[in-house]
Amino acid sequence: MTAATGTLTEPSPAIDEAQKAPTPPARRARGEFLFFTLRSKKFLVSVTILLVLICIAVLGPIVDPTDPLAQTGLPERHPSLELGYWFGSTYFGEDVFAQFANGLRASFFVGLLGGGLAALIGMVVGFVAGYRGGWIDEILNMVTNVFLVIPTLAVLLVITSYLQARGVLFEAIFIGITSWPWAARAIRAQTFSLRSREFIDLAKLSGRSGWKVIVFEIAPNMSSYLFLTYILLFGGAILIAASLDFIGLGPTGGISLGLMMYNAVTWAAPLLGIWWWFIPPGIGIIATVGSLYVMNVGLDEIFNPKLRDI
Amino acid sequence: MRRYFGRKLFTYLLTFFVAATIDWMIPRFMPGDPVAVLVAKTNGLSPTAARAMANYYYNLFGLNQPLPVQYLNFWNSLLHGNLGLSIYGNGTPVIDMIWGAVPYTLALLIPAILLSWWAGNTFGALAARRKYLDNTILPVGYILTATPYMWLAIVLSFVLAFSLRIFPMAGGYGFNLEPTLTWLFFTDLVAHWALPFLSLFLVMFGGWAIGMRNMIIYELESDYSRYLAALGAPQGLIRKYAFRNAMLPQITGLALQLGVIVAGALVTEIVFSYPGLGHLVFAAIQNEDYFLLQGIFLFIIIGVLAANFIVDIVYVMVDPRTRVAMRGGTA
Repeated sequence: MTAATGTLTEPSPAIDEAQKAPTPPARRARGEFLFFTLRSKKFLVSVTILLVLICIAVLGPIVDPTDPLAQTGLPERHPSLELGYWFGSTYFGEDVFAQFANGLRASFFVGLLGGGLAALIGMVVGFVAGYRGGWIDEILNMVTNVFLVIPTLAVLLVITSYLQARGVLFEAIFIGITSWPWAARAIRAQTFSLRSREFIDLAKLSGRSGWKVIVFEIAPNMSSYLFLTYILLFGGAILIAASLDFIGLGPTGGISLGLMMYNAVTWAAPLLGIWWWFIPPGIGIIATVGSLYVMNVGLDEIFNPKLRDI
Repeated sequence: MRRYFGRKLFTYLLTFFVAATIDWMIPRFMPGDPVAVLVAKTNGLSPTAARAMANYYYNLFGLNQPLPVQYLNFWNSLLHGNLGLSIYGNGTPVIDMIWGAVPYTLALLIPAILLSWWAGNTFGALAARRKYLDNTILPVGYILTATPYMWLAIVLSFVLAFSLRIFPMAGGYGFNLEPTLTWLFFTDLVAHWALPFLSLFLVMFGGWAIGMRNMIIYELESDYSRYLAALGAPQGLIRKYAFRNAMLPQITGLALQLGVIVAGALVTEIVFSYPGLGHLVFAAIQNEDYFLLQGIFLFIIIGVLAANFIVDIVYVMVDPRTRVAMRGGTA
């Protein structure tokens, strides 16, 4: 996750122009973006995979409305084309496809909400620290550093183990509250480099308040950077949720991809040879998170002309 | 130099203080009462007996004292190395159980981190701006880094242990062996260590390779590389300089990734029933052994903080600019 953040760099000057003057240069910049977007194999492939996964997550439970936790009592079945057994069934006769589709839903939900919350906190802390500077920056920096070194999963372990009933919503919120620090640090550094530019001074001279300068001048100028940060937080949240579920602290009374793996290992699916129980959730996570990371690099190449491989 | 490390050390001490306070606060301020859960586990108690039992537990854990006193008691016992007794271990001190598990976890983590960091950086640097390598290493790297640690562990144990029977499936050593200093025991230990190590190594390798590849591309496009190229310097020399500059963010990245890596080791150990901290965490959660869980939490924090400090020292040794800046010069 953080290894990939190293690829994020200063936003390209093309964005500055597009934001400042909505005249012909902007239109040219937009056209250029579209051109490179349609040419970027990384972007197109990853977006296609993500769209397919979103379709499964949204439409899957509608097309196949089997209760993912309904136990038929029948022995496990191999995957087949027969309706209801596309991915086979578990040791207890639960429909693996229903679990997969509903689990994918939960994963996207955790990513959207947990990643979104982390991005929001990271943005507020990063912007304020980078723009204000001085002792506010010192304090926020200290807080960020403290939370940066505490392992997220260890904190979540202790918090969630005391909750008797857990939902996906709580999981997403807790992940959001604990995984913002690196984003805050990265955004602070970016804000720092923008804050001494002329257009910021101009905005200050025109009497805009600090918040307005941040929201209308600084944020739009690093919008691509913020979006890329969100993508990485989205993928990270999905992975953290999967680990948490796998340790046995997943949603109670629900299903998720991590919980599928937890159940498969608890009931010795590898020993029984029921590979279709534990292969789909892993593939689902790899496809989702991998596509997000590849999309991140693809977009980075689209936004930043230096990286385009011509 | 003293100021730099003093600052770092202060951050780490503050972090430990915050972490320990979180550890203390959670059971006391979370909704729900852990003692009530404990009492409810004993079925068929009359209301008076249940109340007596609850009172006994409140006394035992010191929960009937005022909160500030509880907090001071917590720090007092913590600084004396007293983390309480484990329910899962039938009254064994938590600290003893943790010390028994730590060697296994470290034996997995240290080689996996160092080897994957080295191999990932080497392959990533080779791949940058070389079409064929880039087209093979990059997709593999992205797939590996997006793989959940436990899933790769499950698949490896299914393929290499269950189907092909090359490695043993679970445990730290064979169930028929006693820990002794013999060759037989040592080889058995290594055989059980191999699969958990491999799955940790592979996932981390992907992340480092991609990170290095992307960093090198940035460095090769930077002004000093172009200037060197314009002067007619050989490609090999430019790449060497780019590699050195790209190393620094990778070292910082290692410090940032430590939490994720430790989490990966925990779930990998659970898959292989490897007798390290992850296995202990799992047992603590299954048995609702909160003392054990809190003890492991503090231990992981201390370990991650110590590792961060080591990375800080290495960074200063590797980057000449920080050394110069510390002596008061300008880089």
